[in-house]
Amino acid sequence: MSGIEYRPFARTLPPGRARALPWATVIGGSAVTAWPAVANIPLMPPFGLLMLLTWRLLAPFALRPWAAAPLGLVDDLVSGQPLGSAVLLWSLCFLGIDLVEQRLGMRDFWQDWTIATGAIAATLLGGRLFALPIGMVVDGAALAQIAIAVALFPATARLVAWVDRKRGQPR
Amino acid sequence: MALSPDRRTGFSRRRQTLVFLSYVLAVAGALLGAALLVISRFDPPLFAGLRMAAASVTAPVSTTAAALGRGIWSIPEAISTHFFVRQENAQLREAVKRNQTLVLRARAIAYENRRLRTLLALRDREAHTVVAARLVSSTASSGRRFALLNAGRFQGVRPGMPVRGPLGLIGRVVETGPAVARVLLLSDPNSIVPVRRARDGLPAIAVGRGDGRVDLRSVTLANARFAVGDLFVTTGTGGIYPPNVPVARVQAAGADSVAAEPLAPADTLDVALVQEPFLPVPPPSRPEVPPIGGGITP
Repeated sequence: MSGIEYRPFARTLPPGRARALPWATVIGGSAVTAWPAVANIPLMPPFGLLMLLTWRLLAPFALRPWAAAPLGLVDDLVSGQPLGSAVLLWSLCFLGIDLVEQRLGMRDFWQDWTIATGAIAATLLGGRLFALPIGMVVDGAALAQIAIAVALFPATARLVAWVDRKRGQPR
Repeated sequence: MALSPDRRTGFSRRRQTLVFLSYVLAVAGALLGAALLVISRFDPPLFAGLRMAAASVTAPVSTTAAALGRGIWSIPEAISTHFFVRQENAQLREAVKRNQTLVLRARAIAYENRRLRTLLALRDREAHTVVAARLVSSTASSGRRFALLNAGRFQGVRPGMPVRGPLGLIGRVVETGPAVARVLLLSDPNSIVPVRRARDGLPAIAVGRGDGRVDLRSVTLANARFAVGDLFVTTGTGGIYPPNVPVARVQAAGADSVAAEPLAPADTLDVALVQEPFLPVPPPSRPEVPPIGGGITP
C-alpha cells in the first residue's frame, strides 16, 4: 500500500449502501458456485461462509446477529445443500462466535484465524452430515476442502479489510 | 488488540431492547433453519421452485462464462490441429484400413441380429432424445453432486428423465425450472443405477461415491469377481434409464464391491442429451371407492 491510508475526512459511502455492502459480498461469495465447471470432487471452498465469518470477526458490527439466517438461505438456494442447512449452521456460527468473544479479553489475527478454522470445519462437516449418508461424512475430499478454506482466510481477511476501509465508518 | 467495547448498551432503553431483539431474532433464525432442514429431509422437492428460481438467475451467467471458456480453450486446440494434421491424417488412414475388416464383420452380425429379432418379433423401444443442452455449473462446494443444465420445461425437460453424454450415462433430471434443470450426477451418493456387465450380464448396482467415481456392488451371489477394465451398462430395470447405455469401467480388481470410473465425465465442454424415460411412469391408479350399500359394482 502506498500513500496515506488514514483519511479521517475522506468521503465515505452513504449509510444505506455501506450497510448493504457486507450483505452483497457474502451473497457474491455464495454465488461463486455458478462458476462454469462441473466439479467431480467437491473441493471448492464455501466462499459465502468465508466472507460471512471474516466480516463477523474483523468488523463485528457490519452484520447484525440475525443476518446469518437470511444469508444462509441464499447460500442454500445455490449450493445444492438441503434447504435449511446453512440457515441453521451459519446462525449457530454467529451465536458461537458471540459466546467465544465474551470469554476473550484480547484478540489478534491468530485467534481470529483459529476461531474461523473451528467454525469452517464444524460448518462443512455439519453440512455433509445433513446432506450425505453417515458413512461418507468425513473423507479425504472433506478434509482437503476444509484445509483449502482455512488457508484462504487471510486472503478473505485482506479483501474484507479493503472493502471495509472503502465503506467508511459504520454508523 | 482489545475487543471493541461496544457491547455496553448504555442507558438507552431503546438500544438495549434492539440489541436484545436482534439476539432473539438470531436464535429464531437458527430454529427456523432446523425446521426447514427437517421439512426438506421429509419432502425434498418442496423447495424446488425456490431453488430453480435462483438457478434461473445463475444459469445464464454460467452459460455465458462457459461459452467464453470454450472459446478460449479452442485456441490452443486449433493451433495444435494445424501443426499435427498431416501426422494425424496418416494415422487415421492406417486406422481405417485396420477397421475395414471389423466393419464388414460387424455389418454381417448386425444383419443377422436384425433377422433374428424379426423372427422373435421383439419390439424395441427407441429412446427419444428430448433436447441436447449443456451442463453449465455444479455444486462444487457441497457434498452432493448436482449439475445445472441450461434447458428446462420450455424445452420439454421433465423430472425423472435420464441424461447421457456421447460416451455414456451422466445422471438424471431431478428438478426443472422454466429454462434450467438440475441433474443428479451418477457420482452423487444418493444415485443408484441398476447395471450389468457387458461381457456376461453379471448384475450389479452403481452407487455414487461422491468423489467422481461410483461403487459397483454385485447383487447376486457373494464372491463375484470384478476384473480391471470390465465395462458395465444399464439394464433398463426400473424404467428410467434405457438399457445398454455404458455407465462405468472398473478401475481396480476386487470382489463384491469395487470402485469404477464413469465413462462420461460430466463437464461443460461437451453436450448432454436429455432422453425420455425408458418406460414412462404409469398414471396414478384411480382411488378405489368402496361401493356404498355394498354389493353392486358397475
